[in-house]
Amino acid sequence: MSLLSVEGLGISFGGVVAVDNVGFAVEAGQVFSIIGPNGAGKTTLFNLVTGIYTPLRGRVTMNGELLTGLPPHVLARRGMSRTFQNLQIFFRMSALENVMVGRHMAERSSLLADLFGLPASGRQNGVTRDAALALLARVGLADVAQATAGSLSYGALKRLEIARALAADPKVLLLDEPAAGCNAVETEAIDHLIGEIAKSGIAVVLIEHDMKLVMKISDRVLVLAQGRRLAEGTPREVRENPAVIAAYLGEHGTREADRAHG
Amino acid sequence: MAEFLQLVFSGLTVGAVYALVALGFTLIYNASDVINFAQGDFVMIGGMGTVFLAAAGIALPLAALIAIVGAVLVGLLLHRLAIEPARGASPVALIMITIGASIFIKGVAQIVFDKQFHSLPAFSGDAPIAVGGATILPQSLWVLGVALALFVALFLFLEKTLLGKALLATAANRLAARLVGVNVTIILALAFGVSAAIGAIAGVVVTPITLTRYDVGTLFALKGFAAAMVGGMGNPLGAVVGGLLIGLLEAFGAGYISSTYKDAVAFVVILLVLFFMPRGLFGGRSVERV
Amino acid sequence: MLARVLRSRLATLLFLAAVIAVIPFLAPSAFYLRVAAVVWVFALAALGLTILMGYAGQVSLGHAGFLGIGGYAVAIGPAQFGLHPVLCLGLGAVLAGVIAYLVGRPILRLKGYYLAIATLGFGVILALVFHSESQWTGGPDGMQVARVTLFGWRLSGAANWYWVTGGALLIGAWLALNIGVSPTGRALKALHDSEVAAAGAGIDVGSRKLAAFVIAAVYAAVAGGLMAAMNGLITPDAASFMHSIELVAMVIIGGLGSVLGAVVGAAFLVVLPQALTFMHEYEQAVLGLLIMVFMILLPAGIVPTIRNWLLERLS
Repeated sequence: MSLLSVEGLGISFGGVVAVDNVGFAVEAGQVFSIIGPNGAGKTTLFNLVTGIYTPLRGRVTMNGELLTGLPPHVLARRGMSRTFQNLQIFFRMSALENVMVGRHMAERSSLLADLFGLPASGRQNGVTRDAALALLARVGLADVAQATAGSLSYGALKRLEIARALAADPKVLLLDEPAAGCNAVETEAIDHLIGEIAKSGIAVVLIEHDMKLVMKISDRVLVLAQGRRLAEGTPREVRENPAVIAAYLGEHGTREADRAHG
Repeated sequence: MAEFLQLVFSGLTVGAVYALVALGFTLIYNASDVINFAQGDFVMIGGMGTVFLAAAGIALPLAALIAIVGAVLVGLLLHRLAIEPARGASPVALIMITIGASIFIKGVAQIVFDKQFHSLPAFSGDAPIAVGGATILPQSLWVLGVALALFVALFLFLEKTLLGKALLATAANRLAARLVGVNVTIILALAFGVSAAIGAIAGVVVTPITLTRYDVGTLFALKGFAAAMVGGMGNPLGAVVGGLLIGLLEAFGAGYISSTYKDAVAFVVILLVLFFMPRGLFGGRSVERV
Repeated sequence: MLARVLRSRLATLLFLAAVIAVIPFLAPSAFYLRVAAVVWVFALAALGLTILMGYAGQVSLGHAGFLGIGGYAVAIGPAQFGLHPVLCLGLGAVLAGVIAYLVGRPILRLKGYYLAIATLGFGVILALVFHSESQWTGGPDGMQVARVTLFGWRLSGAANWYWVTGGALLIGAWLALNIGVSPTGRALKALHDSEVAAAGAGIDVGSRKLAAFVIAAVYAAVAGGLMAAMNGLITPDAASFMHSIELVAMVIIGGLGSVLGAVVGAAFLVVLPQALTFMHEYEQAVLGLLIMVFMILLPAGIVPTIRNWLLERLS
């Protein structure tokens, strides 16, 4: 039984099939990447898995427990955490507060305690703040903890989202293009961070266009094209798969893959 | 049956006015994403303006024309002085700006005009016309006829003229419209002007039936807003259907149940519609993009 | 140091307490105390909207309806059932909370203008009920509210009501400030910025919005009850659309999400008409004009604008 298992997932919008019969399984500690051209249905697949869309067909299970149809906040409570392709930052809060929100599920304080400012509420704030600061340090944002999120750079916000997602202590972490728009140094840092996250026993599902990054850190790779599964296997298998080379990677992609290989 | 028909007549008459107000909401909303709460006050300006100009000895048609032009000027000023400078404000701030404008217009109206109820003589006499056991006032026919003419004119304007198409393009995608050379500022002003004209015309024709006062705009605005939302915000046909529907239900509610809660009908309808169809009768299902 | 003071909860509370304590010594007559007491009551109602609109980002254009529920509870309870007014103040708050919960469940799924029209419609319907059910509410003319007696002491006079309402406002401000910095407040501010991301962090967006709506309703009901008891009269006008708009205007003019802002906004909109009575004819026009001008020129509101200006000068 896999940690995260997706079977025969499908959805269509206004008659157009966006994701069709896609399945995969991820184990704890694995980095599982999903690649494919723009419009292949990668983000839609994430939205199906995390409960933002309700799939028309198929099922999602975690440790054998059926999750299909549950709302996003319930899925989050079961250990599913994600980042977003188009940043979903709490822009008016500080970087620290953004990550503190991520600790929401670990917080034990009642509405009444919060209203009356009981010591429990204050203690909880302290615990949450410490945890959030540690996570900010882990993604290299400790020195901008008090800055308003709206004032941070794009690359910093990408890492802030990862810190916020990690704050939820997830079993499964879905990262939607974490390295998009990042420079080489930032990509290197994210590469390192993802490796560490996987090592800590979290199953990482990654959508990424940077082939070099994908081929380097993935345990398995799923290739999507037009909402369907084109191939799946280890980076090597995918890279050498004729269907992938022909249909997706093409001439340019092959070169890219070779470079990554060498 | 005769009673039913009677209620249908009165419902359609009031509903036509709600539909025109709703149409004004829709035009401005489409062009600028603004909900203009001063929409009802254009109705008031049309009615009160005509009343006072006519009282000053100006012939009724000319008085009406001047009042309508006056309302258009107010609409243009509203856009230029209050909406333009606040570009990029939050929806709530924009709502508050137009509500402030509405309060301001009412405040000025009670100084320029007065605080009394006023009426206009019916355009074609008061002799009721018998139809299938019920009667209909000639003025109701005026309201329905003018409303129909405005619907058709607006449709032709939007579909057949370049300016109308530019307005639709702006509604669909402001940035894209700007890129293909549409002067968005002029289009927005146009939307405010046309909406003001529609409201004022409605005010002129309905005043002989419903009376007018400096503050009648509020209820017209609230019900017109409800009508526009029942149909699904931004859909002109939905606005017309929503307006007629609310007018009819109001008439039936007053006739068959109780007239006490006549003014609540529009809001009960909108709440019921939104409970079951969160985007209105004709509003599409939206997919959240993440 | 000063920057920290400007941001601290305690400083806000102390400042507010100082203002409340000082005014009676500066006021030349009981009339001014009376106006101030009205400000405190409206500020209390506006504080509820600070939580709902400022923190959670959900608009309510029908909030005066809850003001009316609180007011009529204090009026009807003693008159029809012989209950003690203070008990009725509590019952009114509970009733408003329950109604907010029942109505809020379906309404708060709506967004933007749809939420605006739904709350607006709810408020208008409530106002019509107060207007029409005259056997209970006295109809359009409203009804008298019995004088409040506490332990044999008759609560009357501008000074006494000044301290009661001022105290209620301080408690309300304290609760709102607490919520603001708590886990609950963070959850509300998070869903304000991004509902998807908030849900992704495990926040039950629907139930949190509902909690904010219920809290805001309770604030308004308590304010409405105090207002009715203080005036000795309640009319359907308390629940009118115009009052709902004024409450929203207070929160926005003062500064959305700012506790002091709610008080400043309330002061502005309560004192202004009093100051304009000498030009009574122009009152409405000036009010409308000022709302527009503030929205356009000070979109952040009075208090945040001043605070940011101070913070900038200090840094």
